[in-house]
Amino acid sequence: MDFSNILPALPSMMDGLWLTLKLTVLSIIGGVVIGTLLALARLSKYKFLAMAAGFYVNYFRSIPLLLVITWFYFMVPFIIGWVTGTNRPVGALTSCLIAFMLFEAAYFCEIVRAGIQSISKGQINAAYALGLNYRQAMQLIVLPQAFRKMMPLLMQQSIILFQDTSLVYAVGLMDFLNTARSRGDIVGQPHEFLLFAGLIYFIISFGASSYVTYLKKRTTV
Amino acid sequence: MISIEHINKWYGDFQVLTDCTADISKGEVVVVCGPSGSGKSTLIKCVNALEPFQEGRIIVDGISVGDPQTDLPLLRSRIGMVFQNFELFPHLSITENLMLAQQRVLGRSADEARDTGLKLLDRVGLKAQAAKFPGQLSGGQQQRVAIARALAMNPIAMLFDEPTSALDPEMVNEVLDVMTELAQEGMTMMCVTHEMGFARRVANRVIFMDKGHIEEDCSAVEFFGSPRGERAQHFLSKILHN
Ligand SMILES: Nc1ncnc2c1ncn2[C@@H]1O[C@H](COP(=O)(O)OP(=O)(O)OP(=O)(O)O)[C@@H](O)[C@H]1O
Ligand SMILES: [Mg+2]
Repeated sequence: MDFSNILPALPSMMDGLWLTLKLTVLSIIGGVVIGTLLALARLSKYKFLAMAAGFYVNYFRSIPLLLVITWFYFMVPFIIGWVTGTNRPVGALTSCLIAFMLFEAAYFCEIVRAGIQSISKGQINAAYALGLNYRQAMQLIVLPQAFRKMMPLLMQQSIILFQDTSLVYAVGLMDFLNTARSRGDIVGQPHEFLLFAGLIYFIISFGASSYVTYLKKRTTV
Repeated sequence: MISIEHINKWYGDFQVLTDCTADISKGEVVVVCGPSGSGKSTLIKCVNALEPFQEGRIIVDGISVGDPQTDLPLLRSRIGMVFQNFELFPHLSITENLMLAQQRVLGRSADEARDTGLKLLDRVGLKAQAAKFPGQLSGGQQQRVAIARALAMNPIAMLFDEPTSALDPEMVNEVLDVMTELAQEGMTMMCVTHEMGFARRVANRVIFMDKGHIEEDCSAVEFFGSPRGERAQHFLSKILHN
């Protein structure tokens, strides 16, 4: 084992890590926003809306993420070109971001839905009785409480998402893992580089999930 | 002020309200009582449209509650409601609980909402708790905040659904005192409660419900003097024994 080649490769691996983190954070934000809207749709009294959202969630939870990533890589430029009427390539990063957001939204939706359902009817009645409308009741009373309760689950899902971003190697994006792998290949030491990459993934994921455990303990006490 | 006319309501096949008719005029205090499951909560929730009903009419201050054209948030903002389980918003401080609907529904400025809220908090004797969160207050204190929160909207009438039945016995009176004061100031009130002492002292009228139907609707004096129906007599003797 010879780890001396890792140091010179660090700057480019930092770039890769930056891409990984960027993908993770933007996908979480997009996934949670879309997931929340899906959850509201699933709980809607409008049967068609609820069914459509239910179909969406079940569909995306039944197909592999890798499939969605490769599929969107080909589909997204085509769709954007069709919508905007131009023929500009959008790049792997954009298509991956959209794929992650839409895919993870299905999982975030189920978490948020459980969170909303855990808020008592009495709280919603109290909000309505004061004259709040549906949007205000959701936005000011139900969702803030639901998110607080669901924080550990949302974070757990986000950690899974962080690890899943490594699948972007399939469309050639140079994220952290892909950079480490290719730099290792160049100097002929793939094992050392992969071990190092694994260590970094472990530190970030384990650190985050320890924090989740701490949060859980604090909220249940 | 509140007129309930021939309300019928079903949950699926189960008829929860049968031909309920009652009138509550301005400044009147009406107590609704009856055995568990008789439809008291359902009836009171129909008044501010928290529960829909299939037949009949409810008119509040000239506005038909069941009319699809009615601006329900506006109507509800003019009717205060107090719940058995207080239902303060646990993620907001007491002050924020008092301010929220004033700002969002009535469009009051933060300063105005805070002033009004704190004044009412003072009135229910809880000014010192303004910065706390609901979870830090006793049940009786939470219920008094809930009353203040409803009053902050300047309601034309107040609905109470068993406001003291989730409280420890020693806290019941602090809440009843606030309600009594409110009644003496001329607030129109519809109270579901089993506090017969309160009913006797404060209520103008008592409505007795059984199996979704209004069995008795008479003055408090009459009701406590000699309830006409057998069921009401039975209910009263049971409740006064406890
Ligand atoms: N959402 C619902 N679906 C079906 N049945 C219901 C529903 N809500 C209430 N009921 C039934 O309607 C009846 C009346 O309920 P309601 O809560 O109005 O009674 P109540 O007089 O307030 O009783 P309590 O003194 O226990 O509060 C009960 O038999 C109850 O089981
Ligand atoms: Mg009830």
